[in-house]
Parts: sequence; structure tokens; C-alpha cells
Amino acid sequence: MVQKLEMLQETPSQTAGPYVHIGLMPSYTGNGQIFAQELGESPIADGAQGEIIEITGSIYDGTGWAMRDALIESWQPDAQGRFAGQDGADPNLSGFCRFAADAESGEFTLRTVKPGPVALRDGRVQAPHISLWIVARGINLGLQTRIYFEDEDNSADPLLARIEQRPRVETLIAKKTGAGQYRFDIRLQGDGETVFLDI
Amino acid sequence: MLDDGPLIPRNLALHPAPYDPGYKTTLARSPALPLLSMDSSASEETGPRFGHGSLGALDNNLILNWTRGKSPAIGERIVMHGRVLDERGRGVPHTLVEVWQANAGGRYRHKKDGYLAPLDPNFGGAGRTITDEAGRYQFLTIRPGAYPWPNRGNDWRPMHIHVSVFGHSFGQRLITQMYFEGDPLIPLCPIAATIKDRAQLDRLVAPLDMANSKPLDYLAYKFDIVLRGRRQSMFENKPEGM
Ligand SMILES: [Fe+2]
Repeated sequence: MVQKLEMLQETPSQTAGPYVHIGLMPSYTGNGQIFAQELGESPIADGAQGEIIEITGSIYDGTGWAMRDALIESWQPDAQGRFAGQDGADPNLSGFCRFAADAESGEFTLRTVKPGPVALRDGRVQAPHISLWIVARGINLGLQTRIYFEDEDNSADPLLARIEQRPRVETLIAKKTGAGQYRFDIRLQGDGETVFLDI
Repeated sequence: MLDDGPLIPRNLALHPAPYDPGYKTTLARSPALPLLSMDSSASEETGPRFGHGSLGALDNNLILNWTRGKSPAIGERIVMHGRVLDERGRGVPHTLVEVWQANAGGRYRHKKDGYLAPLDPNFGGAGRTITDEAGRYQFLTIRPGAYPWPNRGNDWRPMHIHVSVFGHSFGQRLITQMYFEGDPLIPLCPIAATIKDRAQLDRLVAPLDMANSKPLDYLAYKFDIVLRGRRQSMFENKPEGM
């Protein structure tokens, strides 16, 4: 027998199911009375520094249907690229948000500040982006992806550079639709399938 | 030598595959193309922190939290408890654990759930807490009922509690489900069966914990959760390419 590695294995994932909102966004399903304060209602507070932006989009399944039951979490740094808790980070930005598609329109909207760039350990700089994590009925392991911005210089981003099929890079780039307004659609499967991450 | 390197890559083999014909909804919701892998960056290694200040005193008491302490929920009283650990076996302190579940009859308090079993006016079905210094957490709740769901002709979910955990990094984010020891529906459930290795599925089955059950009050079930760990930063200062 060789020596033993003292390591545990990660707990296996299970789908969040159709009723995930009960636990994570109770007011979305009319259960707001359960907690005094819901978590992740907004990634910013009044006074957050930087450009306020709104990102609107839908999550489409493989048939092209805009899903109504997914829950999304976003995580991002402040306008200078500092995450909450880091030295000098904007005290008015938590960086964390939970949101879901509107039951009627099938669209979600994320209102936040545009994030700053974040360096890697080796010094290379990642273009501004927001990390997303998507769960829903029929998704067995939460899906990671990122929102980049059409009006930023994404040419040297190390993650985007690793995407072999160049047209697929576009699936991670929010399109500017107006002043401070962006569109970002997510496609789980089929034509234009979003690049999902294993990071 | 610190544990401040990138997150240890996920062993995707122990998780359910995205596409599983036994669980029909996965068919149109599973990416078909490979995931893009990369060493984690600050975007994945940092994550939201939640203080005790954002939680209420009854948040981890599902028997009382819906009525703010006025009237207890119906059902078998149980305590669900355990530790949040990382892959190195260390407790993850001060991290948020959230749970949600059906009531004792198998009905969720959700606008989309129309099951025959009635709502319990005293049960909301959600709770949350923050782990202590050693990574421990606990919830007082009622045992959820099994329930049927539209999939194949006659599929039922075993009794289960949904669990959501953060860790300290957004890349550790995990949602799973806790099952109960001895439930005969576990081997029949297509969602449980998305985990192909029975030994891995068994890791989601909480044993009855008589030593922590309280006489004349509640039964205890133990459920530990393991999140991804970090690589130790050995030789991280070398010049690029060496
Ligand atoms: Fe469930």
C-alpha cells in the first residue's frame, strides 16, 4: 500500500429543482415574510462608485424557450477591480446578487456598477467581467459563466483567449443597447450555446 | 506554504452528468459542448460573506420561523446538523448554509406546487444559518414528506432537504440534497440516480444520529458537506515558464 492522502472528496451536486426560490429568494414566490432581510437583493447600495449599468437577458433552453424557473447569482468586484473585503474596496458594493427571470416576460435584469479589471497571479489582466452561477430544475450541477462587455477591450483577456472557436467568444459578451444598458442572453444548448466554465 | 493557491479543480466524475435521460428535464437544459477549464482567479477565489447580523434568531428553526414563533409546524420533529468541510478536511467557519424543503405532507409553499397534500399554515419551508468556528451548523425542522413529480409515469421524490452552501469562494458554490437513511424511494428516484456511483450517492444519505437525538423532543440526522479546497502555493513564485 502506498501512503494515504488525507483528502476528502467534494460532496456531489444535486439539482436545485423547481422550488429553489423558496430557499434563496423567498419573496419571489410570495414567501417574503419568512426572513427579516433577504440576501443578495442588490449588489450595490446607494453611493456605489462607478457607472451604474443594467444588464437584461433571458436564459434559453435547447428548444429556444426562455426559462422562467432558473435562479442566477452574480459576483463581481467594484469599479476599481476590488472585491468586497479587500483593502480599499468600495464599501457600497457587496458584489453579490440573486435574480430570476420575470414569470411573464422571461427576462431578468441585473442593476449594478460596471466592474473593473482583475489581475491574475501571473500579472496578466482580465478584462472587466461579472461571474454568474445558474441553477434550475434540470441543471444537475450549477453552471458557471461570465459576462464581459462589448465596449471594453477584451482582446487580451486570458479566459476569452482560450476559446478555440472564435465565434463562441461572442456568447460571453454583453451587447450595448443604450447608455448604461446591455443585453446578455444565455443559451444552454444548441445554436449559440454559451461557453460554460470549469474554474 | 499556504493554502492560497487556485481552487482544486472539480472532479466532475463524482457529480451527475448534465444530460441524463432518466431525468427528462435535463435533456433540453444540458450544455452539449465541453466546459472551458482554467486555473481559478480572484473572481472565483473570493466570494460573498454574510454576517450574523443579516440573520434572525429563528432563521434556522423551520418549525417556528414562518409564524415568527407563534405556532409550530406539523410533522416529525428533527434536527439536521453537521459540518461544512473543505477537501483537506478542515471546517469552513462563518459560511452561509441555506435549506428548503416540502412540508410533512410533501407539499412546497411555492406558487408552482399544486400537489394534493395541503399546505401547513405554520410552515414556510426555508431556513438559513452561519457555521460556527469549527464549521458546524444545525437546523430544527420537520421531516419532509415524499412527493410525486411529473417525469416518467409514476416517479416520486424520496424525503429530502435541499441544501445550498457558499464556502469562502464563489467557485466553491454548491447545491445538493440530503436524503434520509432507510428511505426505500432513494433507489427508485431518477434525480438521485443522476449520481451513478452508489458510494457517492450514499454520501448524500444522512444517518439517524441517536446520540444527538433529544429524548421526548426530536430525532437527529447528521449531514456533513465537503466543498472544494485550495491548492497549496508551492513554487508559485517561479518566473513564468520555468
Ligand atoms: Fe425537492
